[in-house]
Amino acid sequence: MDARTITAKERMAIPRQEMPAQDPQVRIGNFNEVNLGLTPEQAQQEALRCIQCKDPVCIAGCPVSIKIDQFIKLIAEGDFMGAVRKIKEDNVLPSICGRVCPQEDQCEKVCVIGKKHKPVAIGNLERFVGDYERMSGQKIDPVIPAPTGKKVAVVGSGPAGLSCANDLAQYGHKVVVFEALHELGGVLMYGIPEFRLPKEIVREELEGLRRMGIEFRTDVVVGRTITVDELMEEEGFDAVFIGVGAGLPWFMGIPGENLVGVLAANEFLTRVNLMKAYDFPKSSDTPVFDCKGKNVAVFGGGNTAMDAVRTAKRLGAEHAYIVYRRSEKEMPAREEEIHNALQEGVEFLLLTIPLEFIGDEKAWLTGVKCQKMELGEPDDSGRRRPVAVPGSEYVLPIDMAIISIGNGSNPLIRQTTPDIEVSKKETIVVDVNTMQTSKENVYAGGDIVTGGATVILAMGAGRTAAAAINEKLAGTAKNFNEW
Amino acid sequence: MYRIVSAIFLAENIKKIEIEAPRIAKKRKAGQFVIVRINQNGERIPLTIADSNPETGTITIIAQGAGKSTRELNRKEAGDSIADVVGPLGTPSHIENFGTAVSIGGGVGTAIAYPTAAALKEAGNYVITINGARSKDLVILEEEMKAVSDEAYITTDDGSYGFHGFVTQKLQELIDSGKKINFVLAIGPIPMMRAVAEVTRPHGIKTVVSLNPIMIDGTGMCGGCRVTVGGEVKFGCIDGPEFDAHQVDFKNLADRNRIYQHEEKEADDTFAHQCNLTGQA
Ligand SMILES: Cc1cc2nc3c(=O)[nH]c(=O)nc-3n(C[C@H](O)[C@H](O)[C@H](O)COP(=O)(O)OP(=O)(O)OC[C@H]3O[C@@H](n4cnc5c(N)ncnc54)[C@H](O)[C@@H]3O)c2cc1C
Ligand SMILES: Cc1cc2nc3c(=O)[nH]c(=O)nc-3n(C[C@H](O)[C@H](O)[C@H](O)COP(=O)(O)OP(=O)(O)OC[C@H]3O[C@@H](n4cnc5c(N)ncnc54)[C@H](O)[C@@H]3O)c2cc1C
Ligand code: SF4
Ligand code: SF4
Ligand code: FES
Repeated sequence: MDARTITAKERMAIPRQEMPAQDPQVRIGNFNEVNLGLTPEQAQQEALRCIQCKDPVCIAGCPVSIKIDQFIKLIAEGDFMGAVRKIKEDNVLPSICGRVCPQEDQCEKVCVIGKKHKPVAIGNLERFVGDYERMSGQKIDPVIPAPTGKKVAVVGSGPAGLSCANDLAQYGHKVVVFEALHELGGVLMYGIPEFRLPKEIVREELEGLRRMGIEFRTDVVVGRTITVDELMEEEGFDAVFIGVGAGLPWFMGIPGENLVGVLAANEFLTRVNLMKAYDFPKSSDTPVFDCKGKNVAVFGGGNTAMDAVRTAKRLGAEHAYIVYRRSEKEMPAREEEIHNALQEGVEFLLLTIPLEFIGDEKAWLTGVKCQKMELGEPDDSGRRRPVAVPGSEYVLPIDMAIISIGNGSNPLIRQTTPDIEVSKKETIVVDVNTMQTSKENVYAGGDIVTGGATVILAMGAGRTAAAAINEKLAGTAKNFNEW
Repeated sequence: MYRIVSAIFLAENIKKIEIEAPRIAKKRKAGQFVIVRINQNGERIPLTIADSNPETGTITIIAQGAGKSTRELNRKEAGDSIADVVGPLGTPSHIENFGTAVSIGGGVGTAIAYPTAAALKEAGNYVITINGARSKDLVILEEEMKAVSDEAYITTDDGSYGFHGFVTQKLQELIDSGKKINFVLAIGPIPMMRAVAEVTRPHGIKTVVSLNPIMIDGTGMCGGCRVTVGGEVKFGCIDGPEFDAHQVDFKNLADRNRIYQHEEKEADDTFAHQCNLTGQA
């Protein structure tokens, strides 16, 4: 079918293209990516499903307003590189966002096709063009203008920091990214597992940023190794962007939570993803709890919980449970990940809360006492509040418990830079139009501002900040010339 | 990569290593530590900064071979490099002029206590140091400790040097002699720190210990280093590593530190086996 001659009826007859995926029984035995990507033919077919709305509402559903109709049109016409360029006007990491964006709650949720049929697979198409560019070997590096002579420090190398650095470099500023860990990429590297986002993709994106002249310094904990003030006063940075994410995992505060075998999802995922503990003791010196034949329960219902439970399954867990206090509908995780987890044999214990962890005489975890819940009246967030069912307590035998109920914000920056205003929740307060903090020339964005959110929101914040920083620095540059 | 400037054994299995790390050298305060990763496959291990020189841009660590990573570290020589050194991490020791301060170190804990003992001296305290080892050849930093002490004692478990007995016995002796002690710092194996806490508790002497929970990132991100202090969950890497000894749940710490015992042994045995094969052990 040709993009120019296709009739409306023919368009509507095209089914939403299913992305090929590894068989569930096979993939629980490896860490390779689950989804295999659309073929070029599939991508073009899918693109033809878009009716090119006059008023493309899908764009309003995207936090960074990607010109969705336009990039899809280019795919339909077979101009894949043109489609990449179009997306990159608004989003520098399409391979990544196409994989991890909660599309069903954003762009695809409002796509008009979705009213009668399944919505256009915008996320899968975005992923397709991002991968096409990477694999075509035709990667086009942006043209960097003459140096402005201004220097900006970016703290944290997650999606917020990387997108901010990218734009700042394209404005011609010198950018140095400081990262606390030994690897760059933030949650993209240490949190989201290989089977959902191959690390090679993140590394290639980082290479692209290096080619643009951005400098990266790992092993620097801002607040400890150097403070924000020192960056500006001693190291000569004209502005600082803080994108340190939401560190600090929360615990539930129930009895037995300090037994051996109870850990935060961040620890479990960091051991496996960042430290490659799945290869212990061969090519990694970092161990991880041996899940083989064991019962593992993950507490929570978000993306992190799904990642943790599916990782446990891949490490050989006999039973891998999700224990969640509401119902499946309320789970904040991406629909696709919930679906994938179920396919992989993860057992969902819904409307269930843990009351207490139980251990043996050596303080090793042996089980968790749970209670069933019922859905009551909606709470402030509009979700129906779960209420305990009396007498429904029971003990679930488990060997490892992974807590995945969210993160607070890391105290290092606020403790060492007291003039940056923080909210009651200890997130950094910014002007949402510029991402400027209460401190002159210091900007912030991503999870440290919003609390745990999404990759695309963090990237959007990084870009907003870069634009504001650029304007601010240009302003100061003008003053300088007038002198 | 971080270059090793010098590396010398202080005792069997305990090595003093000076590493180029200018930013850390400039910033570090007593009581802080670094996290070290030896090579691309290495785990991240925390080690206290025993000393630093901002002029030469170097820091000194003193590591005891406890398992695979520390043993591998202790095979490094001057001129070698290690992949990562990040820090200074942790909240610095709270230093003030308490009056009479006793610094107690057990084993490699002596190395960890040394910088804080020196800072206590600097702040005007009357400093008494008690450093314990299993036997004479395991005594470390004797001269350094003497230099920052008003009174310095060495204890050995087997009596081969100094006072015959445990550090707690020496501490008890000092207390019984009627000496007014205002502050005690104790760093060493968990049973030792716990025993010191029990000695000082009845006398209400403010006592601080430096805890050694298992760590990964050292920035508060993973929650692996959590310890129970005064019934509350604290993160060793950002709230600590120093805590009020009378509030610490030592049993919980000891239990939790055993989580990877089986795996650690496996790694260490494989490493020892490889060393034997190459004849380098
Ligand atoms: C397991 C998991 C799965 C997720 N899945 C999804 C998903 O499918 N889709 C989605 O959209 N979102 C997902 N998210 C959320 C998403 O990853 C985050 O919202 C996003 O990464 C936030 O980006 P950021 O740049 O603000 O912070 P981060 O990605 O957290 O990066 C912050 C970086 O700053 C560094 N840092 C911290 N403190 C300092 C310091 N003092 N000095 C220097 N560096 C510092 C950190 O080491 C880190 O590298 C997931 C999160 C997790 C944990
Ligand atoms: C804040 C802090 C400061 C320290 N300072 C020193 C020091 O100055 N000199 C010194 O010799 N040792 C120090 N340690 C202890 C040192 O980190 C461990 O001995 C080392 O990590 C053991 O690793 P391994 O592979 O050699 O041994 P393993 O065989 O892996 O473990 C031996 C024991 O060390 C502990 N351990 C293992 N992995 C870690 C880890 N990632 N983090 C913390 N503990 C672990 C466990 O309790 C284990 O039983 C310190 C620990 C902490 C937390
Ligand atoms: S970035 Fe996310 S929300 Fe925006 S178009 Fe892509 S998949 Fe949709
Ligand atoms: S709303 Fe759907 S059909 Fe309309 S332009 Fe956007 S993707 Fe195409
Ligand atoms: S070491 Fe990870 S939170 Fe302390």
